[in-house]
Amino acid sequence: MSVAPPRSKSWTVRVREIGVENLPPEKLLPDGQPTYVASWIYIFGVASIASLMVIIGSGTILALKGPAWWHYTGIGHFFNSIHMWAVELFFFAMVVHLWGKYWMAAWRGGRTRVWITGAVTFLVAVPTALTGYVSQQNFDAQWISTQAKDAMNSVGIGSFFNLTNFGQMYSYHVFIMPLAVVGLVGAHVLLVRRHGVVPPLPFHAAGAGTGVKPAAAEPEISPAPAPNGRGTGVAG
Amino acid sequence: MPHAAVAVLGALVNLNHPAHIIEWEFIKLTVANVVVIGLMFVVFFAAILLPFPGAAARREARRGGDGS
Repeated sequence: MSVAPPRSKSWTVRVREIGVENLPPEKLLPDGQPTYVASWIYIFGVASIASLMVIIGSGTILALKGPAWWHYTGIGHFFNSIHMWAVELFFFAMVVHLWGKYWMAAWRGGRTRVWITGAVTFLVAVPTALTGYVSQQNFDAQWISTQAKDAMNSVGIGSFFNLTNFGQMYSYHVFIMPLAVVGLVGAHVLLVRRHGVVPPLPFHAAGAGTGVKPAAAEPEISPAPAPNGRGTGVAG
Repeated sequence: MPHAAVAVLGALVNLNHPAHIIEWEFIKLTVANVVVIGLMFVVFFAAILLPFPGAAARREARRGGDGS
């Protein structure tokens, strides 16, 4: 009978061991994906992340230059528009990603936390964008904030979230909310790496039964590396 | 940019008016949002139906490689 070696007393060693145990390097940074990932429906997650990177890049430039720049200069208008359209693309890609994952029941195979982090990311991204509306420093922002404050007051949270307070809303928009979105997206991606990309639902020909198979009986198809350490098909 | 060029670019979509609204019972949506929702449906079904470049060749190569 073998006895497991005792855990190290060093917290850095424990964190490293737990990290490598849960996410070995070949899972964390794979060089291939399963063949079923070669479908357009699988690109919308990474499209969301690409849009998020453009949002953060353009938002950083806007924060560095300030409202006078984004309102009164040509290049400021350009970056303002890049920021806004990247947000449009982010939500567009995220909604199609959500639909795709919903209809392939992406919580199967122990992926509950993957699904939850994705859903919570969507819910947190919405107020992140809405605080952007009230951070514009123009009449549009004034109109939206004075309308939206009534929504906050009607549910009793107006004293915590004052939408007419530019400083508070801008801090939420450029620091607290993006930090939450990036943290959730990071956790989501790491969980996808850990559990693998969800396989499509099993195909059943017409008349070959109910077409529905219990999730527990479904074979787990995870992108486990082949013995040579490589993936199974699609370049990652 | 010359004023004429700005006018032409700005004329592609005239936004200088209140938003057009579509109302159906309690549902109230701007035309712009309806267009975006429609585009999301189009992209969603296109992503399911359109073949991914090289997918068939990859499947074939895998079948030939591991004999499964």
